Amino acid sequence: MRMKRVAALAAAATLALGMAACGGDDDGGEGTGAGSKSFAAGTTMERLNKAQSIKIGTKFDQPGFGLKGLSGKPEGFDVEVAKIIVKELGIPEDKIEWVEAPSKVREDVIVNGTVDLVAATYTINDKRKERIAFAGPYYEAGQNILVKKDDTTITGPDSFKDGTKKVCSVTGSTPAEEIKKYVKDVATQLVLFDTYDKCKDALKGGQVDAVTTDNVILLGYIAKDEASFKLAGDNFTKEPYGIGVKKEDTEFRNFINDTLEKAFADGSWKKAWDDTAGKFGAELGSAPTVNRY
Amino acid sequence: MSVLIDKFDVFAGGFWLTLQICVLAAIGALILGAVVAVLRISPVPPLRALGTGYVNVFRNMPLTVVMFFAAFGLPALGSNADFLRIPGLDAIFTRLGTDLPYFRFALVALVLYTAAFVCEALRSGVNAVPAGQAEAARSLGLTFGQNLRYVVLPQSWKASVVPLGSVIIAMIKNSALIGFFGVVGDLSATADQLTSAEGYAFVPVAIGISIGYLIMTVPLGALLDRIEKRQAVAR
Amino acid sequence: MSQQTVLYDVPGPRQRRITLVSSVVATALLLVGAYFLVYRPLDEKGQFSMELWGPLVDPGNENFPLVWERIGLGFKNTLIAAALAIVSSLIVGTLLAMLRIQLKSLARRRFTGLATPVSYLLRGLSMLLSGVTRVCVEVFRGLPVVITIFFVARGFPEFGVTFDTLWYLVIGLTIYNSVVIAEILRSGMEGLPGGQAEAAAAIGLAPWQTTRMILLPQAFRIMLPALISQLVVVLKDTSLGFIISYEEALNIGKQIIGSLGNPIQVYIVIGVIFIVVNYSLSKLAQYVQHRLARGRKSAGGTRTGAAGTELETEAVAGTTT
Repeated sequence: MRMKRVAALAAAATLALGMAACGGDDDGGEGTGAGSKSFAAGTTMERLNKAQSIKIGTKFDQPGFGLKGLSGKPEGFDVEVAKIIVKELGIPEDKIEWVEAPSKVREDVIVNGTVDLVAATYTINDKRKERIAFAGPYYEAGQNILVKKDDTTITGPDSFKDGTKKVCSVTGSTPAEEIKKYVKDVATQLVLFDTYDKCKDALKGGQVDAVTTDNVILLGYIAKDEASFKLAGDNFTKEPYGIGVKKEDTEFRNFINDTLEKAFADGSWKKAWDDTAGKFGAELGSAPTVNRY
Repeated sequence: MSVLIDKFDVFAGGFWLTLQICVLAAIGALILGAVVAVLRISPVPPLRALGTGYVNVFRNMPLTVVMFFAAFGLPALGSNADFLRIPGLDAIFTRLGTDLPYFRFALVALVLYTAAFVCEALRSGVNAVPAGQAEAARSLGLTFGQNLRYVVLPQSWKASVVPLGSVIIAMIKNSALIGFFGVVGDLSATADQLTSAEGYAFVPVAIGISIGYLIMTVPLGALLDRIEKRQAVAR
Repeated sequence: MSQQTVLYDVPGPRQRRITLVSSVVATALLLVGAYFLVYRPLDEKGQFSMELWGPLVDPGNENFPLVWERIGLGFKNTLIAAALAIVSSLIVGTLLAMLRIQLKSLARRRFTGLATPVSYLLRGLSMLLSGVTRVCVEVFRGLPVVITIFFVARGFPEFGVTFDTLWYLVIGLTIYNSVVIAEILRSGMEGLPGGQAEAAAAIGLAPWQTTRMILLPQAFRIMLPALISQLVVVLKDTSLGFIISYEEALNIGKQIIGSLGNPIQVYIVIGVIFIVVNYSLSKLAQYVQHRLARGRKSAGGTRTGAAGTELETEAVAGTTT
């Protein structure tokens, strides 16, 4: 019985793989007319435009970037940037299907085609580029450390080197990997949760001494509770946020890059920021240069 | 497959941590469960209500919710579960003694949750003792406590072993949740870490993790089956 | 209840006084303990403030309708996943139980009357199949459901099969629970008096007909309480959907917390709803069990006592995960 099911699944898997391969092969079109709503045949843009629907992976728990609130719709800077791209594809906003993409599954959902693109405080780095491709960046954040307002003992990542201070981050995120370089003993100093919200609660309750992740996320928590938290020192990394797409899909990536550049120029990028994460007092800075590789 | 060899220490470490928390939680749950079981059959109504309430609450709540209350409710009550830093014990189980309380929180949650089922297993054992035994003891003039101690419990113990074993097996499996509540490095968190953060291939990691759990659950299950068969014959 | 009256006599006047006094003392101690250990610390941290509770309990609060709409959606999703998982587990579990019983009896058969190599081949094959199903059952029964769900959600896409998260959850739950249900049914069928199968064979039923028409219906009936307890387990385990981002009650709770910042309050409300639903289900299981016990007694069975405890152990074992 079980064997039969497995066999059936395997058959289905082969079939799906085969079809995916066929779909990937004929990515031969060119001339991605940004602005116009007709796209070269065979491109992802054309497929999405024809289907008039798109699946986008974003965070549902990131204030200022992607937070699914009581309305049941995600809100934030990532969401707004994604909406700019969707508009450029000629798809109405209400046809977007938002899929939750927590840090640890972002590559997976792109690779296996669960979503068409991911905009989820997604740091561009080389290791991820092995599996997927990035358009952008559309924002440059940096890792920082959130501590209690009255804490003077933690001044930067080096404060974790003596092995006494405890720090919290999120499973599978870049900050969690980064901070491992500084902590002395991972087992007794590092706490990992599935969301930063829990980290914040742990910091407030005193179970951990610090929360580390990108400054903009931390600024969101400070904005909500200025009496309790502050940042310890300056950013110690650069975290350019990009849009994740399938690795081989260069046209879609170029299209998104064009769209981002247009958004940088016409002010819609700045407006997206001011409406969302900008409210936390973080600096937007000048528009980053998109990296076409 | 090389991940199984390269990262053998990670798997072994995860297995060891899971085993530690399971041993501790099993001991705690057996003790607390016995206490709750006594409450549930005690002659004092408020205590009985407390026991019944306890079982109904913890048996009907998802473990996830219990875990959450242990990890975030206890701190709100101003406790870091420091009462679990038992001298001597925290030297053997080092995680008990560290300043990072999530191991202790997870332990509290597993004990609280499992105790409800331990209580029910013990009670089913008590129920299996023929009523005539307790009646005979009573007619000899034994009090409630004596009755339990000399007549009912020695007999009910036998009938409780198998259900208790099933409860412990279930608890081992439930311990897979602790990785989602701040405990770093147990078996299930290892799966997450290796596949999502370090990008290892999924299948070998899955095999390694499965072996880790099966080593704990399958022999225990086989042992229980044997005991059950023996008892069935004896009966 | 009957057990409690067995353990001690009907109290006399003195005993009643003692009970009354100890009741009062116990209640007082419990209340004092609850006040100092639970109420006061929570109150000091402001956990009872209307700011945190308002959106959940005050219909006048601006967020109240939104919050409850979300919680309703969460429980709807929980129930959908649980219902699908239960139905598919029952179907797969029943088939699996029948298959295992068949294979077991096949593995015992000697296939006499066939040529020697053929009979050896058939024996080897049926033993192998029996062994394979046995291993599958042991493996999936021995793995934590969380791990199974996690493996399904990660493993299937690895091989190019993708669904909605709902289906990962349902498949994960089904794999685990169908195995458990298969074992419940199998032990029910094997626990039946041997005369049942013998009588069926005597009137000329084939083995699979015996299983389908004689053993299975009786096993279902005997194991009904254990099966209902398993439903509670499935309902509770649905909450594990949060690890694969399925929007069930707890996950929605997490989102609400993200907006309102009141984790303890939201979890209390969700916990209470779970308790109410599951408690009613357990009560249903008890009711069914009582009715069944009555039915058997009136049928004049002498095995009631032993079967009763067996039932209870199964139910306990099942309810734990």
